[in-house]
Amino acid sequence: MAYIVEIKNIGMNYQSPNGEIPAIADISLDISRGEFICVVGASGCGKSTLLSIIAGLLKPSHGSIIINGNDITNTSMKVGYMLQKDYLFEWRSILQNVMLGLEIRKTLKSENKEYVYHLLKTYGLYEFKDKYPSQLSGGMRQRAALIRTLVLKPDILLLDEALSALDYQTRLAVAEDIYSIIKKENKTAILVTHDISESISMADRVVVLTNRPAYIKSIHTIELSCDIRTPFRSREAPEFRHYFNTIWKELDVHV
Amino acid sequence: MSKPKEINTSIERLEYLKARKVKRISIILTQVLILIVFLVLWEICARLQIIDSFITSQPSRIVSTIINLYDEGQLFVHITVTCWETIVGFVLGTISGTLIAVILWWSEFLSKVLEPYLVILNSLPKIALGPIFIVWFGAGTTSIIVIALAISLIVTILEVLNGFVATDEEQIKLVKTFGANRFQIFTKVVFPANLLVIINSLKINVGLSWVGVIVGEFLVSKAGLGYLIVYGGQVFQLDLVMASVVILCIAAGLMYQAVLLLERLIVKKT
Repeated sequence: MAYIVEIKNIGMNYQSPNGEIPAIADISLDISRGEFICVVGASGCGKSTLLSIIAGLLKPSHGSIIINGNDITNTSMKVGYMLQKDYLFEWRSILQNVMLGLEIRKTLKSENKEYVYHLLKTYGLYEFKDKYPSQLSGGMRQRAALIRTLVLKPDILLLDEALSALDYQTRLAVAEDIYSIIKKENKTAILVTHDISESISMADRVVVLTNRPAYIKSIHTIELSCDIRTPFRSREAPEFRHYFNTIWKELDVHV
Repeated sequence: MSKPKEINTSIERLEYLKARKVKRISIILTQVLILIVFLVLWEICARLQIIDSFITSQPSRIVSTIINLYDEGQLFVHITVTCWETIVGFVLGTISGTLIAVILWWSEFLSKVLEPYLVILNSLPKIALGPIFIVWFGAGTTSIIVIALAISLIVTILEVLNGFVATDEEQIKLVKTFGANRFQIFTKVVFPANLLVIINSLKINVGLSWVGVIVGEFLVSKAGLGYLIVYGGQVFQLDLVMASVVILCIAAGLMYQAVLLLERLIVKKT
């Protein structure tokens, strides 16, 4: 079976007046359709850089990204990106916010608008479509941000610490929420996080990166013995602790 | 404990609202009182010849001067001339300043190249350029407007450009992930995010434009409030000077309120 995303020998150096900063040494990874990948690593290890490269926002120093068999040199229609915060624009209503991507891609056709309404209805934001972001709770805002990405019908979702701006309880709830939406819409997802529990609770595979310059230290296929896999139930699975301890040791955190 | 809570809070609420109202009214009353006391004292001192009303003028003579101007049909001519020059000055200053800021935001190279020139122009007292403008644009309205424009233009460019450059990088990254080009980044993010900055510099420009126009009218003009002030000073008619200053106060105050109203309209709309 062909992979949906192929990361081939990616390396990245940042240039600055003070010198060259190697962010990523060499990373290769193949991702199958529908897979949920979590990338964990210490802060500043180049996780976000990796996502920016996959999204086509950054040009890597070497290596290539192949999505659906095509080389990526620019931002791709197939890829949706979720940033650390929701970044809903305060001067736009929720409806205008979720349509932002369609506006920019000039694809505000009626069938796409239908899809927007459909998503808003499915995920309980339809009554709030004319409200402004400040009138919504943190969880609802995050959901609006996810819908803003989903209306573009991406095959692959990149989530860059997408939950880290939320407080712990909202975060658990939103993780549940986003996980079920991603699974329901059958998307491939790459979530970058520094939260080990979060990564185990959501991922099919957890990729552990080393400190900068990053390469892949290990990949763990997460197999939990619970009937219905949701982030919350995953945390109760007996294997959870074992995975946590292994990854924790591998991250080798020194305070 | 059996008392209904709502009645309790509503009495508290009423007291709070009443206290607020009393406070607000007492502030307004005191403000009005200060003005009345000042005017009455001025009038009394002038009548009892404690102060020389030839030099200080006096409220009753200011009022009769304004009435005279009105009877001669001169009052609104002068007000219109000055207000028009001011409005053109700050509107042009804000619009052209914003446009130049857009160009400089677009081309980082150009903005880096022009930076030292802008800094020097900004620190230069623009009024010093008055005589040059008069030579270039003639002794008339155009020169006055150009002086007003010169005062507000550079500040606007710097202020708005600062706002543009300081736009949240992550918000820009967001629209980039949608594949936005530079024009879309500007219209969808940078401009709306800085609308308040632009309105703010419009507000500042109103004040600056008044300065430019009055100074311009001091230098060259045959009409306007600045002209009346200079003329009154030259013929030692302090009544006319004071009357013009009073009218100026009122006109400037009203114009500022109008801009605040405009701001509220725009902010509400977005």
